[in-house]
Amino acid sequence: MKVKSILVAGALSLSMTAPAMAARDYISIVGSSTVYPFATVVAEQFGKTTGSKTPKIESTGSGGGFKLFCGGVGVSYPDITNASRAIKSSEMKTCADNGVKEIVEVKIGYDGIVLANSKKVAPLSLTRKDIFLALAAEVPDPAHPGKLVANPYKTWKEVNSSLPNTKIEVLGPPPTSGTRDAFVELAMEGGCKTFDFIKSMKKSDKKSYKKVCHTVREDGAYVEAGENDNLIVQKLQANPNAMGIFGFSFLDQNADVVQGSVIEGKAPTFEAIAEGAYPVSRPLFFYVKKDHVDVIPGMKGYLAEFSSDKAWGEEGYLADKGMIPMPEAERKLFSQNIASLKTMDLK
Amino acid sequence: MTTNDNTTVKITTNLLSPTIDLKRRYRAERWFKRLGLSAIVLALSFVAFLFFTIISDGYSAFTQSYIELDVHFAEDEFTNENLAKANFPALVKESMRAMFPKVKSRREKKQLYSLISPAAAYRLQEIIEADPKIIGTTLKFWVLADDDVDMFMKGKIDRNQNEDNRRIRDNQLTWIDKLIDDGRLERRFNWTFLTSGDSREPELAGILGAAKGSFLTLLITLSLSFPIGVASAVYLEEFAPENRWTDLIEININNLAAVPSIIFGLLGLAIFINFWGLPRSTPVVGGLVLTLMTLPTIIIAGRASLKSVPPSIREAALGVGASKMQTVTHHVLPLALPGMLTGTIIGMAQALGETAPLLMIGMVAFIVDVPAGITDPSTVLPVQIYLWADSPERAFTEKTAAAIMILLTFLVTMNSLAVFLRKKFEIKW
Repeated sequence: MKVKSILVAGALSLSMTAPAMAARDYISIVGSSTVYPFATVVAEQFGKTTGSKTPKIESTGSGGGFKLFCGGVGVSYPDITNASRAIKSSEMKTCADNGVKEIVEVKIGYDGIVLANSKKVAPLSLTRKDIFLALAAEVPDPAHPGKLVANPYKTWKEVNSSLPNTKIEVLGPPPTSGTRDAFVELAMEGGCKTFDFIKSMKKSDKKSYKKVCHTVREDGAYVEAGENDNLIVQKLQANPNAMGIFGFSFLDQNADVVQGSVIEGKAPTFEAIAEGAYPVSRPLFFYVKKDHVDVIPGMKGYLAEFSSDKAWGEEGYLADKGMIPMPEAERKLFSQNIASLKTMDLK
Repeated sequence: MTTNDNTTVKITTNLLSPTIDLKRRYRAERWFKRLGLSAIVLALSFVAFLFFTIISDGYSAFTQSYIELDVHFAEDEFTNENLAKANFPALVKESMRAMFPKVKSRREKKQLYSLISPAAAYRLQEIIEADPKIIGTTLKFWVLADDDVDMFMKGKIDRNQNEDNRRIRDNQLTWIDKLIDDGRLERRFNWTFLTSGDSREPELAGILGAAKGSFLTLLITLSLSFPIGVASAVYLEEFAPENRWTDLIEININNLAAVPSIIFGLLGLAIFINFWGLPRSTPVVGGLVLTLMTLPTIIIAGRASLKSVPPSIREAALGVGASKMQTVTHHVLPLALPGMLTGTIIGMAQALGETAPLLMIGMVAFIVDVPAGITDPSTVLPVQIYLWADSPERAFTEKTAAAIMILLTFLVTMNSLAVFLRKKFEIKW
């Protein structure tokens, strides 16, 4: 009797799952929270204008996205993953091990990372070296150049005498965030390299080079403010001495209350990022599983919508949302890749 | 001897001439009462502050700015068999240009078009598809204004700010003023908010998708957790022998009630999605996970209300020859049910506000289409609040607060229902 009822329950639960597994008539997208605001606009535009089902987009972070994406081939795995960095070779290997061998890489545009403060005070003019000295856990000892000490700097003026005498207090994303990865890589490592003895470490001892350049201080000067960029903007308004790190689209939307710091003589403007003159900007990508293109309805339509000029072009709606478009030649290259579904070489 | 006399005097004092000791006791009691009262006042003032900020932020989301357009559905735009292929945005732009014929430069035109929401083109498409006969005519329509215009209308963009610092430019301001003077720009009740799914355009974003997702998820949760919870409570309280095993089960149930909810999400991911292969991001998985989460609450509440049924009821039923099962189903369970229902509703209200376990099973997602069934991808109210709070557009701030208002309405309704049921069916022994 007991065994029987357990069997019946098991059969019931299996029969419940059967119809759900048979097919999926919408596109499933996962990945970066930075690409999320752009991908969702395209998805919505695609759904509303073609009458197809609107793709489902989960914001899992770039790393989480690859993990799901590389899980395997089949309707229960996502079709596309968004990323605010290129796929790593370890992730490609996971993909290949799980049978995801044909991946199309599409670069969609650029995002600038800004270091902003409240409009109530003057904007800062920084170099990447200043940023490194202000935020790294270990910096070259001012007394004995060539040696590293725990970061002694408390105010911006101590870092660079041309900066104001305010406390270093920077609100930024936690280590799980792609924005943090990119900021560390572009701004901090950029400043780190200006010290010759650290630069020479890159060849001799790559591991400790990375540790020095990529470790953010944990003594309270850098405050992990969570993934919510709106919250950082609000905190900056309340505290004019604090600086915040977030994506360009948030600066664009809140230009009346916060301003981006000038980095190496370049203000974070749309034009400066598009030209590649602003030093802290990174490319955004998405990756498509080729095996799914003909299986899941609407895949081709979504890809065509994304690579159309009205979406990622210079005057496109993604630019209105704060994404920095690619130069024309690059756009052409990637739309050709999409049209021919040119897959990446798996290493 | 004198000291002895004094003590007897103290003891025999009456209330009309209280001793110092008695006064001190009264004073301590007064302070204790005041302390309790001030704790309640403090808690209530926090609630009042919460409600005040949310309502003052969110009430404006229930209206939305609309612009009136004269749209000419030119026949040559609809030469293609497939009406959806027509260039609807061009129709909108055309009618905007007709209203402001002086706007010539490309830059200015772009600014002019940006006053209208992209939703306007979708709306024209819907209208044409519903009634293709209107092709060739000119009709007046109220279409959604862009979210920046809406923010300006709601006073959230300051026109005295420096032009570079606001999202509405000077020439856009003059156009907006003219539209208002002509009676072509006004705020209306925002039906879109209550009748549509999520959107990346704040003016188009609605709560219905999330509300329906919550409803479907809770439906699954209720229909699974109530019968299972009641059955377990009845078994444990009325039938189970008292031994080490039932003690172990009881400890585990009490522990489960205190386990962080994200653990249930991980369990759901491992079992329901990876092992059973149920589809991600769907109410069926969400409902199953929340069932696991609410079960301990229901079982504990159910057992408590079964315990409060006096043993005399059971003894009387058994005494007149009822079987154990008849005793339970005819007498004990009906008497305990109001308490069980209260526990269930409170468990449901808890499940309604839960996001953490749903994160693991993919319900934190951008979903535009309103879910039609339990296997459609969907999201829930608290997740929608989280997603909107994280959106860059300023206009989502008020949508977030409005969504919180709606969630709070549901919670208050459910909790008052619980109180009502308790008051109505409660039996005092």
